[in-house]
Amino acid sequence: MPYTFNTPADVAAMLQAIGATSVEQLFQQVPEAFRMTRPLQIGPALGELELTQHLARLSSLNAHAGQRVCFLGGGCYDHFIPAAVDALASRGEFYTSYTPYQPEVSQGNLQAIFEYQSMICQLTGMDVSNASLYDGGTATVEAVLMSIAALDRRRKVIVCHTVHPEFRQVIETYLENFETEVVTIPHDGGTTDLSQLATAVDDQTACVVLQHPNFFGCLEQAAAIAEIAHRKGALLVQVFDPTSLGILKNPRQLGADIAVAEGQCLGNPMAYGGPYLGILAARDEFIRRMPGRIAGQTVGAGGQRCWVLTLQTREQHIRRDKATSNICTNQGLFALRSSIYLALMGPSGMRQLGELCVRKANYAASRLCAKSRLERAFDVPFFKEFVVRDGDDKVARLLEQGEDAGFFAGIELERWYPDLHDCFLVAVTEKRTRAEIDALADVLVGTLRNTETVHA
Amino acid sequence: MRNRLATNLLSELSKPGRQGVRLPNPDVFADESLSDLIPREQLADAPPPLPELSEPDVVRHYTNLSTLNMSVDTHFYPLGSCTMKYNPKRNERIAALPAVAELHPYQSERTLQGLLALLYEVQEILAEISGLPAVSLQPAAGAHGEFTALLTAAAYFRDKGQPRTKVLSPDSAHGTNPASAMMAGFEAVTIRSTANGQVDLEHLKSELDERIAVFMITNPNTLGMFDRQMGEIAKLVHGAGGLIYLDGANMNAILGIARPGDFGADMMHFNPHKTFSGPHGGGGPGAGPICVTPALGPYLPSPIVARDGERYRLDYDRPKSIGRVRSFFGNTGVLVRAYCYIRTHGPEGLKRVSEQAVLNANYLLNRVKHILPVPQGDRCMHEFVASAAALKKEKGISAMDIAKRLLDFGFHAPTVYFPLTVPEALMIEPTETESKETLDAFAEALFRITEESAEALHDAPTSTLIRRPNEVQAARHPIVKWTKPD
Amino acid sequence: MKPEDLLFMETHEWVRIDSQGGAKVGTVGISAFAVEQLTDLVFMELPKIGTKVKAGDEFGEVESVKAVSPLYSPITGEVTEVNLALPNHLEILNSDPYGQGWIAKLKVTDESSIGKLMDYATYQKQCAS
Repeated sequence: MPYTFNTPADVAAMLQAIGATSVEQLFQQVPEAFRMTRPLQIGPALGELELTQHLARLSSLNAHAGQRVCFLGGGCYDHFIPAAVDALASRGEFYTSYTPYQPEVSQGNLQAIFEYQSMICQLTGMDVSNASLYDGGTATVEAVLMSIAALDRRRKVIVCHTVHPEFRQVIETYLENFETEVVTIPHDGGTTDLSQLATAVDDQTACVVLQHPNFFGCLEQAAAIAEIAHRKGALLVQVFDPTSLGILKNPRQLGADIAVAEGQCLGNPMAYGGPYLGILAARDEFIRRMPGRIAGQTVGAGGQRCWVLTLQTREQHIRRDKATSNICTNQGLFALRSSIYLALMGPSGMRQLGELCVRKANYAASRLCAKSRLERAFDVPFFKEFVVRDGDDKVARLLEQGEDAGFFAGIELERWYPDLHDCFLVAVTEKRTRAEIDALADVLVGTLRNTETVHA
Repeated sequence: MRNRLATNLLSELSKPGRQGVRLPNPDVFADESLSDLIPREQLADAPPPLPELSEPDVVRHYTNLSTLNMSVDTHFYPLGSCTMKYNPKRNERIAALPAVAELHPYQSERTLQGLLALLYEVQEILAEISGLPAVSLQPAAGAHGEFTALLTAAAYFRDKGQPRTKVLSPDSAHGTNPASAMMAGFEAVTIRSTANGQVDLEHLKSELDERIAVFMITNPNTLGMFDRQMGEIAKLVHGAGGLIYLDGANMNAILGIARPGDFGADMMHFNPHKTFSGPHGGGGPGAGPICVTPALGPYLPSPIVARDGERYRLDYDRPKSIGRVRSFFGNTGVLVRAYCYIRTHGPEGLKRVSEQAVLNANYLLNRVKHILPVPQGDRCMHEFVASAAALKKEKGISAMDIAKRLLDFGFHAPTVYFPLTVPEALMIEPTETESKETLDAFAEALFRITEESAEALHDAPTSTLIRRPNEVQAARHPIVKWTKPD
Repeated sequence: MKPEDLLFMETHEWVRIDSQGGAKVGTVGISAFAVEQLTDLVFMELPKIGTKVKAGDEFGEVESVKAVSPLYSPITGEVTEVNLALPNHLEILNSDPYGQGWIAKLKVTDESSIGKLMDYATYQKQCAS
């Protein structure tokens, strides 16, 4: 019991003050029949040293992105995290505090949220941002729910097939018990088929959900898609990549009404899927329909500028079953990390980041898909990811060989797109060097050559 | 120490030309124009107008901001229902190991055997503590766990051909309960509580018809009382064909003492960020793993971690699953911390956690009840709810006044005005990681506050940098981001 | 406008009935008592023009910092006009709840709904109890 204080003497004194004879007596309100009569069957207690050694043993059975060269993406990326992000976010005053219910002793967190909201608006061009949601997938479905609520009675949600497959699954799971139709629009050569989209959008459509750059890394005709949605009075929900906004037009310029993203890429570790943060920003008119916490500026009794949680009547603790969402927490610590990251990067850092991703990804595509059975599946401009087709349709084997040679080479697409059974997705961040890209190409292309030799 | 000159926002500190991160020059395609790679119409005219700062700017700014927070590392934080216990440093270091922090969610299973083994063990541990053997680690927070479990229940009833549409929860429940019910497509019905905070059985009975799907109960409840009618409630709800959901917010009271699965629950969530000491992070992240009965197991989200002999894998082959409630596996970082916490304590240690939490709460209750009445009586589990109603009537001192004044005494305030069923409520949860000395000092501060004049208290806190911010102005004319002055 | 000339609902809405060319028109607002109880109003969602409501239906919302109260229609009818200036000047509800603080006008479609409302004296008794 390394974290408790009470000595046997303390316990005795406390029991006496309470008027109880034993600690067990304090549990009398739990009916006898419900009490456990045996110890929990879980592993024995470990001291700090033993725990650390135990975790080191388990860890040695994993291979991580510090040991393999990581070309995996699909919504989670191996971007560089400046040391200041870790150093500041590990201050106990940040990570051991809670939701700022008492603004007088939470100005640090409140101002940090306000600055997060400000920077998300600067990044996206949108009017308002909340204090963050769980992750990209839930942010996307919350945007869909906002659209349905804003456009009363519209019962159709249109989702492009090029939106992250797991985000699409989340939308379907959330809407399963409602009479809302989810229509998926196929892609044509890697980007959304505009004519099929135009046919599907009607005056019953609450929103069109678009990802740009899309799951395949391809750039969509986002502005045209916004126009198709708006023509019928539907909203555009754009899933964006925060790291692209140093160079690409922002969601506001493209016509998005609600912009959502997975915020992992902004200074947060990959950590096998979470915790991350869901970014959600919108046009002004939707502020009272936003889920989650929002920090607002006001003045204290002495007239100083300060910050509070505001517009709380949207939330579950007041509106209960009529709340905009059931969400209670935000991802405070990860919103903080992303704020620190954005503050360190600034406009020029974000521009460099975007440029590096584009240049390196294009270089990698040219190296991988030159003179071999590998080719790019879609001939469309892309940001930091691209889809590679293996002419011999042996993706699993190829990726395994890459892994053996020290590379997380890509993600098989078959599990989500059966027609892309011969394809995999490759992501290239600013961290990947020419030498690493060349080595990957050598391994994959070289592997193929070897295989071909064997066949011959 | 707080630097009182540091009051600017980042955008106000910004100066063109400063930059906190310098990335390398491109080593490939350096000479290509960007518009050769990206169509010109897709390119932004300028990068986003973020602040321009040097690294020391950013470090000083955020370090100073941090000094404006109360936190568990710095203060007693008896925020009822939030279980603000100590957050062990060893858990932070382990969660930051590259073999945890630098794992990609789409790595192959063969490169994840250590982590999958750990997550499998977390499933087993939570099953054992809850007495409910089927586990999903996917939900991202407690409220998300509630919602996921309700979707699971909906799928179960749909599969059985039973159109059940109602979810019941007591009026003392967290607001997330009815909100989750609504989001999962159910009708939310509120059940009254009796004066001593227990479920009003007569009212419950009157709502138990063929439409009942789930009764959501927090037990121990939000007053910190174990509802002794639990057996009767379970019999009634199950008799009507409904399921019982246990809101696990208060599990810190019963670890190794009683298992929800043994007292009638069919489903529950854990809050690892509370019960198992994952830090609260200024409002998140948490996690909301759920445990259910074997009958409900097939409907849980996918994937779950499965074991074949010595190998661990992700099981997606679950045709009845509701699907996904979030992207990727789950809040792994939070689950790893929870695992470290649980393994640090072991079976006896976890039980001792609950015993000490309950001892501390009862001791504090008995110190406080002479100052502020505790309507629920002399005993509690891990927390209790005092009422300032009488004090307000006699002296004009409200729960809010007390909360604000406590800040001057160096204590974080309890949860106030919740549960809604107690007037002028102060919900106090000391947790097991506080000493008798701290509890005594807190009770002493409460006593001194109630001796002060109401007038003086309305001005509290007086020692903080700001006091009583104008929430009306903030809500009437929302300013939710920095804008460049004209 | 004097409250004595108005009819009241249990949920604190008031209505004034006028005749306009044969049709009856109800002007709806909330009482001074309600405004005081709600304290510091911050937001109002006006009823939507064209909405057909029955007496007792929820047709709008008013919010303080930490509470939301639905607005109920005291009569059965169709919303024809709303006080667009009000949400941006909620302080009017404190100064003139029965005049400039009106919220919506409805064309009455079922006059029997009027008969169920209270006069001011009865309403005051309800508030006092």
